[in-house]
Amino acid sequence: MHALVFIKQVPDASQVRVNYETGTLIREGVPAILNPFEAHAVEEAVKLREKYGGKVTVLTMGPPQATEALKECLSRGADKAYLLSDRVFAGSDTLATSYALFEGAKKIIELEGEVDLFFAGKQAIDGDTAQTGPGIATRFDVPLVTYLIKLDEVNFEKKQAVATRLTEFGQETLQVPLPAFFTVEETLNELSHSPLPWLIKAARSKIEKLSSENVKLDLEQCGLRHSPTKVKKAFTPEKRQRGETLTGSVEELVQKTSDILMPFLKKGL
Amino acid sequence: MGETIDLTKKDHEISHYKNIWVFMEQTDGVAHPVSFELLTKARELAKQLDCQVGAVSIGKAVSHLAKEAFRFGADKFYIVEDEIFKDYRTEPFRDALSKLVLKYKPEIFLIGATTQGRDLSGSVATELRTGLTADTTKQEIDPETGMLLMTRPTFGGSLMATIVCPKDRPQMSTVRPGVFKAIPVEHPKEGEIIRGKTTLTEDRIVKKILKKVVSSEGNINLGFYDVIVAGGKGMGNKDNFNLIKELAELLGGTWAGSRKAVELGFIPQSRQVGQTGQTVHPKLYIACGISGAIQHLVGMQTSDVIISVNTDENAPVFDVSTYCIVEDAIKFIPGLITELKKQKLTPVKNER
Repeated sequence: MHALVFIKQVPDASQVRVNYETGTLIREGVPAILNPFEAHAVEEAVKLREKYGGKVTVLTMGPPQATEALKECLSRGADKAYLLSDRVFAGSDTLATSYALFEGAKKIIELEGEVDLFFAGKQAIDGDTAQTGPGIATRFDVPLVTYLIKLDEVNFEKKQAVATRLTEFGQETLQVPLPAFFTVEETLNELSHSPLPWLIKAARSKIEKLSSENVKLDLEQCGLRHSPTKVKKAFTPEKRQRGETLTGSVEELVQKTSDILMPFLKKGL
Repeated sequence: MGETIDLTKKDHEISHYKNIWVFMEQTDGVAHPVSFELLTKARELAKQLDCQVGAVSIGKAVSHLAKEAFRFGADKFYIVEDEIFKDYRTEPFRDALSKLVLKYKPEIFLIGATTQGRDLSGSVATELRTGLTADTTKQEIDPETGMLLMTRPTFGGSLMATIVCPKDRPQMSTVRPGVFKAIPVEHPKEGEIIRGKTTLTEDRIVKKILKKVVSSEGNINLGFYDVIVAGGKGMGNKDNFNLIKELAELLGGTWAGSRKAVELGFIPQSRQVGQTGQTVHPKLYIACGISGAIQHLVGMQTSDVIISVNTDENAPVFDVSTYCIVEDAIKFIPGLITELKKQKLTPVKNER
């Protein structure tokens, strides 16, 4: 079994503050974390390896600092971690990102062997686009299963998987041949604590580097210049002000609140 | 795997692309409300661009949706019908839609940011090698360039970005349900129906649907509701959460909660509002016993009216609240429920 997990290092969006004067983000001191959904993706891949044997490889595209997120994946049990980092990728939108990761993944397949299951989080918490996973799956032309909540069955002999995903109105269970691409929900599994040997191994492991030097790239599809979408402007939404504080006894508060709720209600019969 | 899309046939001359398309999402022949919201918006944009609006639907039997599309202002209805499209599956839908786009060259293509729409749009945009902007909350035409200006929140809502797609077509974006209003046209006109074909057959589709479970609990879309009553740690226990549910019902809305409420087992994760849950912007959001960690606030701070009930007057949730009630929610809500019942009030309207 070979699982390849695409991960992203993200700023902890909950700690990003905005400078309302300049309309920019204050990133200083904001910790970078492993995209929470991808912690679950790694967890699932590692669970499969524990059951069936094989290996789990992780890949990210990002600046050298993204090494930290890869190390976390190793401590969560991944076997090998690749960092795809190059200045040619700077400013990539989702289309250019899925291209870069696709080429990076092809290189990993060359080095590590065929992949049975591709995983990624359902989205990253900074961009929230949920586009890169489907993008990579489309480029590989493998079946895509988004919003995965359960891997019911993986059969390596038949080379197929049965998986349950969320839909708009409930759930559906799909059968797909392997290799397939899964983007995962947090509810897929519970994160487990890493055993000490994994932590030690992670600390000693080195991160494999990929760049335009060792990955074959069409530079016409990389980076800001070749990204179809451009940010025209960025601005801060109007800051919400603290409103009126209602005072009085519980009865008075109830009365006041019921008045406020009037526009949402009408007299019944 | 599916039908081969010949990208060498893609027309790169952007002036050849015209008209605005809306994907009419449907499940078992029932259109998703977001389709009508998008058609309404598309009409407005088409007026500025002096072009037509096309609705596109793919399914097993979806011809009846043409009438609904025309009612919301579509000039044309593009349709691909086949048994293989009975249930949504990424790959056949992606291929059918991509082929239509290559053939008819819409300038703008809008898709609902639903689970289906997000799954589909990322795949189609990649297939077509064009730009896609997710979860936009504002769509305008730049009067100078005629380009679509797509504005979306990013970094959990703390920053807004306006995105353009200058050199590739179509300009694609997804829009969350409930962002735009759906308004039917006064005098609907019977438009043209254009049928596409597929050469795909079931034996060539590798993905099979084994089981479908429709549940209200499994994956509720909180975005459908005008009123959301949410509870947090301050609700104390799961039983007290029934107060939240009762109040939500009285107000014609639905109930939700914070991450803490999920962790404490009060509510399922499917009803979590916030960074790792759902982002909502209802007309009314009532936060009960929620202190308002920033992860929660980013998921609800764009609600029209926010009423918060919390014992701690310094709770961060009050910083984004229209009305602040410094009181124990467990004492306050029963009184409010009794009062609303006494006045025999019913909700103005239900789901969006």
